[in-house]
Amino acid sequence: MQRGIAGILCALHSKVPCNARTEARIIIIYMGSVPARPKSREPVALHAHAMDNLRFIRETMESAGSFTAVPGMGGILMGLSAVGAAFLAGRQAGVDRWLAVWVGEAFVAVLIGVVATAQKARAGKAPLLTGPGRKFALGLAPSIFVAALLTVVLYRTGLYAVIPGIWLLLYGTGILSGGAFSVPVVPVMGMCFVALGAVTVFCPLAWSHWLLAAGFGGLHLIFGAIIAARYGG
Amino acid sequence: MAKQSAVRQDRRPAAQSIAEATPVKLDRLIHERLRLGILSALAANESLTFNELKKLLKTTDGNLSVHARKLEDAHYVACTKSFEGRLPKTEYRLTAGGRRALERYLDHMEALIQAMRER
Repeated sequence: MQRGIAGILCALHSKVPCNARTEARIIIIYMGSVPARPKSREPVALHAHAMDNLRFIRETMESAGSFTAVPGMGGILMGLSAVGAAFLAGRQAGVDRWLAVWVGEAFVAVLIGVVATAQKARAGKAPLLTGPGRKFALGLAPSIFVAALLTVVLYRTGLYAVIPGIWLLLYGTGILSGGAFSVPVVPVMGMCFVALGAVTVFCPLAWSHWLLAAGFGGLHLIFGAIIAARYGG
Repeated sequence: MAKQSAVRQDRRPAAQSIAEATPVKLDRLIHERLRLGILSALAANESLTFNELKKLLKTTDGNLSVHARKLEDAHYVACTKSFEGRLPKTEYRLTAGGRRALERYLDHMEALIQAMRER
């Protein structure tokens, strides 16, 4: 079988004389990461090596893409919209209207995030639904889903005061897990959200506008500016 | 020996079909794993620093430096050295020739897979 592969390889490189030494040398060339002296005489299929090489290229490109997956300008815009939402929410009379403002802000933020990520992926000619973008979305999505579910539960049980803290905690957790494959600044942003959420969850509802403005507004603005300056987007 | 020659004769059509499917000679400069990794990483980014490449490819300073130099000598990557504050910064970019070489290599690998599937 090894001679069979070598025969194919010799046909590929017909200028190279097909002796045993050359056969071994060409096989090693085609094996890429295989050591200079193969430990085993067991042959490995040629197309398997080609597929392995293509897989390696794809994985490297995906990992390298994580350097630019999270949009900086998108973060800044999300921060600005959150500051606006905090201003509006602080002027609302009841809890229902306060909650409605923040739920609306969540939809706006998601829209900004998706559009900014798509634009950045397009500008960098990187795939949006595969690689780092997909990893980030899959890491973030469970926390967002749990936050939405807990909001409904806590609203129905009347535990309004803990809702802002839960939002910050779960958003931070999602950023931490989604950002594990991204640049180091993204998980740091997640940790800041978790730390702020841990404080907020014990604070009265009256402080929530300031704390949410500091989190979804301030942290997004600061880290968005850092990401935009260092990694673009 | 005669049997082996016969086997080789039998397999010649398959070998020829692969040779026809992959007429371009394999670029051995790219074929090395780390150099292939450098080109792939740079294909996904406009530029990467030495430290980013080192972290991404999980390699040592010396190893990366040697392989990056080989790619630089072949004009597959362009290297820019500058200072960020007081710290030296080495940045790599993929050249047009490097991108073409990577595309040729991808074509070669795909042709090999295709030829083996059609056997």
